[in-house]
Amino acid sequence: MKFKAKALLTAGLMTVAGLGVSAAHAVDLTMYYPVAVGGPVTKIIDDMVQRFQKENPDIKVEAVYAGNYTDTMTKAMTAMKGGQPPQLSVLFSTDLFTLMDEKAIVPIDEIAGRDGKQWLDSFYPAFMENGRVEGKTWSIPFQRSTIVLYYNKDAFKEAGLDPEKPPTTWAEMAEMSKKLVKKDASGNVTRWGVEIPSTGYGYWMLQALAIENGQKLMNEAGNKVFFNEKKTVDALQYWVDLSTKESVMPKGAIEWGTLRTDFLEGKTAMMWHTTGNLTAVKESAKFDFGVAMLPAKEQRGSPTGGGNFYIFKSASPEQQQAAVKFIRWMTAPERAAEWSIKTGYVAVTPAAYETEAMKAYVKGFPQAVVARDQLQYAVAELSVHDNGRIYKIVNDAVQAAVTGSQSPKEALESAQKQSERVLGRYK
Amino acid sequence: MVAAVMSAAEPKAARRRNWQTNVNAWLLLLPAVVLLATFTHYPILATLYHSFFSLGRSGPAEFVGLENYAYMLDDDVFWQVLRNNLVFALATVPTSIVLALLMAVWVNKKIAGRSFLRLAFFTPTVLPMIAVANIWLFFYTPDYGLLDQFLKALGFSGHNWLGDPATVMACLTVMVIWKEAGFFMIFYLAALQVIPPDLKEAADVEGAGRWYFFRRVTLPLLMPTTLFISINALINSFKLVDQLVIMTKGGPNNASSLLLYYIYEVAFTFWDTTYAATLTVTLIAILAAVALTKFVYLDRRIHYQ
Amino acid sequence: MKQNGSSIETIAAWVLALLWLLPLAYSLWSAFHPSEYATRFDLMAPLTLDNFVRAWHQAPFARYYLNTLMLVTLVLAGQLVIATLAAYAFARFRFAGREVLFALILVQLMIMPDVLIVENYRVVSSLNLLDTIPAIALPYMASAFGIFLLRQTFKSVPNELVEAARVEGASSFGVLWRVFVPLGRTTYIAFGLVSVSYHWNNFLWPLIVTNSVESRPLTVGLAVFGAPETGVDWSVITAATVMTMAPLLLAFLLFQRQFVQSFMRAGIR
Repeated sequence: MKFKAKALLTAGLMTVAGLGVSAAHAVDLTMYYPVAVGGPVTKIIDDMVQRFQKENPDIKVEAVYAGNYTDTMTKAMTAMKGGQPPQLSVLFSTDLFTLMDEKAIVPIDEIAGRDGKQWLDSFYPAFMENGRVEGKTWSIPFQRSTIVLYYNKDAFKEAGLDPEKPPTTWAEMAEMSKKLVKKDASGNVTRWGVEIPSTGYGYWMLQALAIENGQKLMNEAGNKVFFNEKKTVDALQYWVDLSTKESVMPKGAIEWGTLRTDFLEGKTAMMWHTTGNLTAVKESAKFDFGVAMLPAKEQRGSPTGGGNFYIFKSASPEQQQAAVKFIRWMTAPERAAEWSIKTGYVAVTPAAYETEAMKAYVKGFPQAVVARDQLQYAVAELSVHDNGRIYKIVNDAVQAAVTGSQSPKEALESAQKQSERVLGRYK
Repeated sequence: MVAAVMSAAEPKAARRRNWQTNVNAWLLLLPAVVLLATFTHYPILATLYHSFFSLGRSGPAEFVGLENYAYMLDDDVFWQVLRNNLVFALATVPTSIVLALLMAVWVNKKIAGRSFLRLAFFTPTVLPMIAVANIWLFFYTPDYGLLDQFLKALGFSGHNWLGDPATVMACLTVMVIWKEAGFFMIFYLAALQVIPPDLKEAADVEGAGRWYFFRRVTLPLLMPTTLFISINALINSFKLVDQLVIMTKGGPNNASSLLLYYIYEVAFTFWDTTYAATLTVTLIAILAAVALTKFVYLDRRIHYQ
Repeated sequence: MKQNGSSIETIAAWVLALLWLLPLAYSLWSAFHPSEYATRFDLMAPLTLDNFVRAWHQAPFARYYLNTLMLVTLVLAGQLVIATLAAYAFARFRFAGREVLFALILVQLMIMPDVLIVENYRVVSSLNLLDTIPAIALPYMASAFGIFLLRQTFKSVPNELVEAARVEGASSFGVLWRVFVPLGRTTYIAFGLVSVSYHWNNFLWPLIVTNSVESRPLTVGLAVFGAPETGVDWSVITAATVMTMAPLLLAFLLFQRQFVQSFMRAGIR
């Protein structure tokens, strides 16, 4: 009896002491994150952060929406260079080299704890590719995607196409698009066959086309690019031909941000877009739509995309641990599933697809797993040193080609020349 | 005068007063001098200094002389951006001036509702460029933007105004003229109002027509204002890049990019601060050239008033 | 011959004025009507404040307003004090280096902080002031323009008034405060209006220097808000745009005359 009382008392005291200590020791984390897709994403993040904080009262996370990927990277770097770095951030999976060059981040393996290796291995390997360099893991996948082909099933039926048979090859896509084009009485197009966005992330779309044509755009070490290879040029040529020769795509630059609306308003029957827009499209679509893997030329393929968690070197060991805890929580199967369902991003672990919530969702909405199934054909996104600049150069080349101011060959030659200059300037 | 007389008679006291004057003056000037030195003069010199160094990404920054400048001269985007700025200046400055003059003449007349006119023309000036850009972005949006809807109602087809390198500069020019003309109108208004009315009466007596009077009397009298506005507008055309941040981000393919925007991109998106410094030096040189032209050449010509 | 505009001119002027107001009118239309009416100009369309409510909730506009107010106040206060002191020195003191210093100050009229963003950023960062409102304000607080205007005004103050004050035993500072400042009232108002307009609407430098909601002014908040990555709901964006423009616009409508005269005065050099 006496012993029991003593034990209880000790336990009680320790708990109180523990609570006191943890309450006094609330670790503060600041996190910048981007949103590049539609839907109430900031609300979803805020909600998840609230719940995490409830379960972990000793950690406070301030999640700051910082714009798109480029803006968020800019903000994080600005803050870091200004002496007020965030402790963690969601940034492009491909910002890795730049972040390493700026000596901004810490390898996750070193701070992940005892079961770290297991935890890291639980993610889809395709998503870990962009985060692994020199045998270390530098980032954790969070909002990951592939490009998918959204198509309007009602439009298919209208055009006499089988709504369950989306195009599987480049030729098929061009052919079907022709049938899907609708014109009004004066010959103006009221519905295009397909739209591929050339602003925002034009290089991403180009990479998809290049992969499908069997061409890689960069080497492992991130210091060589292959923009002017024949297969890359051909890939861009196919894209340009869709608007100039086949007339199934509008001329000029197609906006990333308004493309989703174009699709929803029936202005285009098919669109290439990130799976991250899936839920936003699902919520607003007034018609039946399908999701398919991107069509193949020599092979199927899509680059992965999206953002990873990075932990900053300047965070104190305590903060780093807290950050790891937060990341583990956010990427736990239940949350990964929830995130995927709410946005359309691919859930980052196979375990997430085994949760009840996800299984039920997929049953009712099989489009949700197309992006995941495409992972087998996915390749790492274009990842090089000074990636921000290289992306701009490729985006410029894509825009030059689709607006007709340069031929694909010229545009990509110029891109190659500029990229080599940038990668060489590196001193 | 009193002081001068006194100083002649008491050199020592005068020197002390001089010393005190100097100290007082410099004390008064201290905050201004410190701030200006820190945020204007030092940055100009520092920018020049940094443009001679390498980035120092993998190792310390080293002195590389004119290498950054060579890189800049070899940069196609730089030439594009410079060309854009010149085209932009040429397109906006004369047009704004003509419109501003027209507006000022009208507002100055006894036309019905001239305060309304003045209000209408000047309002864009008090709006932030960012807000203006948002509004016009919607106008120019393909298909459901106002402009396309208007054209379609008339039977024309829409166009991707901001996404087409051939039209994007024109569209931005129109928007900037809309924003700036009212501002310049004010200067013309002020100048018009000081033209003595007896000049007009004298001209009327001699039977001079309105247009003749305008051409031979008003315009020359407005010359100083015109030149003043030109310089202002020219400087503005180099400074005004807010709209690019949300409308085109300099695209498509740098067709709408301007020098200051390119500097922003290079410095804050690519973190290539030494190249940004090089570009800034170029921008400073251009502005300095405009300033010199004003001070040396134009100010001398205006001095008859 | 009376100076009456011919009717053609009147019509032309009115047409231009209406055209000129169109963009603003449109943004008001779009902000106050539901999204379906964004491009349908049905005069019977229902008015709604819903867009504003949504915009208000999607971004911390209250904070942005506060930040902007603090910013323009800080800038103006600093500018007024610094320019007054400096202009006084230039106008009334004969001291060593006066001409050279004045020329140096005029440099800022041509090469404004707006173009020196790269270095200024570095300076602010080394002062550890990044992401604060003072950081936005500092480069502008010494206003060459203000010094220039006030110097002209101060120079035109009649000597008798200065002598009178001195006779009453006022120190240099007392003379400044009791004679010059009151006489410069119209210049101060003019400069104040120009400065507030400029800094309320300033964008690029605040964009670079601020990272977080706590220091972001309205213009930057609006830009982040309208970022097209997430797809655009024009009605909400125009509502946010109207919220950003509203204060200055309202002030302008109420004090039209003062605004116009201020800008006029500021331009007469």
